Amino acid sequence: MLKYLLEKEFKQFFRNRFLPKVVIVIPLMVTLIFPLIANFEIKNINLSIVDSDKSPYSQQLVQKAQASGYYRITNISENYDNALKSIELDQADVILEIPINFEKDLVNEKAAAVMITANAVSGVKGGLGSAYLSSIISDFNTNVRVEWLQSDSRFVVPRFEIRPLYWYNPMLEYYVFMIPALMIMILAIICGFLPALNIVGEKENGTIEQMNVTPVSKFKFIISKLIPHWVVGFVSLTICFVVARLFYNLIPAGSILTIYILASVFVLAFSGFGLVVSNYAKTLQQAMFMMFFFVLTFIFMSGLYTPVENMPQWAQIISHFSPLKYMIQVLRLVYLKGSGFTELLTQFFALSAFAIFFNGWAVISYRKSSQ
Amino acid sequence: MEKETDIENCKKVLLGEFEPVISAKNLTKTFGHFTAVDSISFDVAKGEIFGFLGANGAGKTTAMRMLCGLLKPTSGKGKVAGYDIEKQSEQVKKNIGYMSQKFSLSEDLRVWENIRLYAGIYGVHEREIAPRTDELLRQLGFESEKNSLVKSLPLGWKQKLAFSVSIFHNPKIVFLDEPTGGVDPAARRQFWELIYQAADRGITVFVTTHYMDEAEYCNRVCILVDGRIEAIDLPRNLKEQFNVKSMDEVFQQMARKATRKAD
Repeated sequence: MLKYLLEKEFKQFFRNRFLPKVVIVIPLMVTLIFPLIANFEIKNINLSIVDSDKSPYSQQLVQKAQASGYYRITNISENYDNALKSIELDQADVILEIPINFEKDLVNEKAAAVMITANAVSGVKGGLGSAYLSSIISDFNTNVRVEWLQSDSRFVVPRFEIRPLYWYNPMLEYYVFMIPALMIMILAIICGFLPALNIVGEKENGTIEQMNVTPVSKFKFIISKLIPHWVVGFVSLTICFVVARLFYNLIPAGSILTIYILASVFVLAFSGFGLVVSNYAKTLQQAMFMMFFFVLTFIFMSGLYTPVENMPQWAQIISHFSPLKYMIQVLRLVYLKGSGFTELLTQFFALSAFAIFFNGWAVISYRKSSQ
Repeated sequence: MEKETDIENCKKVLLGEFEPVISAKNLTKTFGHFTAVDSISFDVAKGEIFGFLGANGAGKTTAMRMLCGLLKPTSGKGKVAGYDIEKQSEQVKKNIGYMSQKFSLSEDLRVWENIRLYAGIYGVHEREIAPRTDELLRQLGFESEKNSLVKSLPLGWKQKLAFSVSIFHNPKIVFLDEPTGGVDPAARRQFWELIYQAADRGITVFVTTHYMDEAEYCNRVCILVDGRIEAIDLPRNLKEQFNVKSMDEVFQQMARKATRKAD
């Protein structure tokens, strides 16, 4: 019996003008385009310079800022008021003001002041913009000092430098962190969204009633909806792996089999969640809306964009209930750190619990006859 | 069009001489304060074409959905093909065919694919499906449409296909919910020929309609007004009783009693 239902589902899927294309396009979008967009590295900060000193030292400082690669000098003003106007006009994000006598004070007083003003409308840009600038200035400061002292051969200057070593992602490449997590979004959409919407669609056009009056058991009906989407979901995931390998040379440090095993549990859990939604929604509109509400919540609580540890305590508690969180952890750990199955048991059990919970709920709430 | 043997059968049912294939006893369905079906009782004999008549909103579809196991009755009992509609609804489903008011085959499957799907679901043997599909399409004069997507068919053909699919597995009973709604008179006539053919194969036909000319085609009719059975008899007897020439006139007199608004 299941054979006939599966035949039907696969035919309908591939006969759909839209869905088979989405399965190819989504993984390409996610691996090729999203990492370029969803990037938190701040570059191209617009810098406004007010150099009232116009000395060799002040010029050096400006050059150093420019050479860092973070800044684009968009404005050079005669005084601070003009520079402030450029912030108001949104032409500058950060102002660096070097006062008169900067060089003189530096040489004579062994100390000089500069002022950084940041536009905090875009908090991240303003914050990081001024932080980078501070570190550039302190670096400049050290260099100047070292130069002086070394010109006097009586002093041997102890100099230390901090060289961070970033384990698992040595170059701190943002895409290495994002792509594995984004792959999970695809699985969530294809294996969670699509079957749920498919079932509600059958409800809406009345074809489900024709099924309900046949001896097809609810288990077989549901499984016939899930299997095709699981197959398709894993095809998409595999495309992601291939694209990540070809374009970013991104290969999981751990075993790809581990990913597939945990992904199967995740997919089971998430499609169970989709089924629950489909059992309660009477129209596609309701289903879409419910899905969006929960999926957005799951995503923001998952640590995909922002670390869960940064969240307030109550939000961290809620984040335990996002199946996406565990699966994103799995992909990042396997891809970056090379964790094996035994190190991922927490995630495995959490995902299994979700799978049992959602599917149990789905089977109980699905009714072939109405009250 | 009434056959004497059928009439004899019906009389036997009324006299309680043999086991009915459908029987309802005080079947009731309420939605909140609204009583859609109000304690109806009737029996249908094997091989009968049983018409369920009533205005829109009289409770025909609700009653039929309860008999098919799609809706749980609020109270009362029902038996279909010897199985309890509430406790053995899955057994009931194995023995019936159902065609809903709204066309509900998959529009994005081809004609033969829809037949194959439902034949397979009802457990028709894989080997039999293809030859019987060809045979069916030949009988219907449908061979050229075998590979058409169902959504491209005109409504009259869709309904004929839906009916043929619903009896492909030779069920004991077929339930037809307003099968000819929106279909032109010629197609309706053809449709009723199919119903007669099914009845000849021994399939009991339970059909709802509000076309009174179709009521004349039934062996026995039951007229539902506001969820209650107002009359249940042979069309001929009803016409005699009301002293009119057509079922339409019978219905007009009955329907006047309705207080419920049509939906």
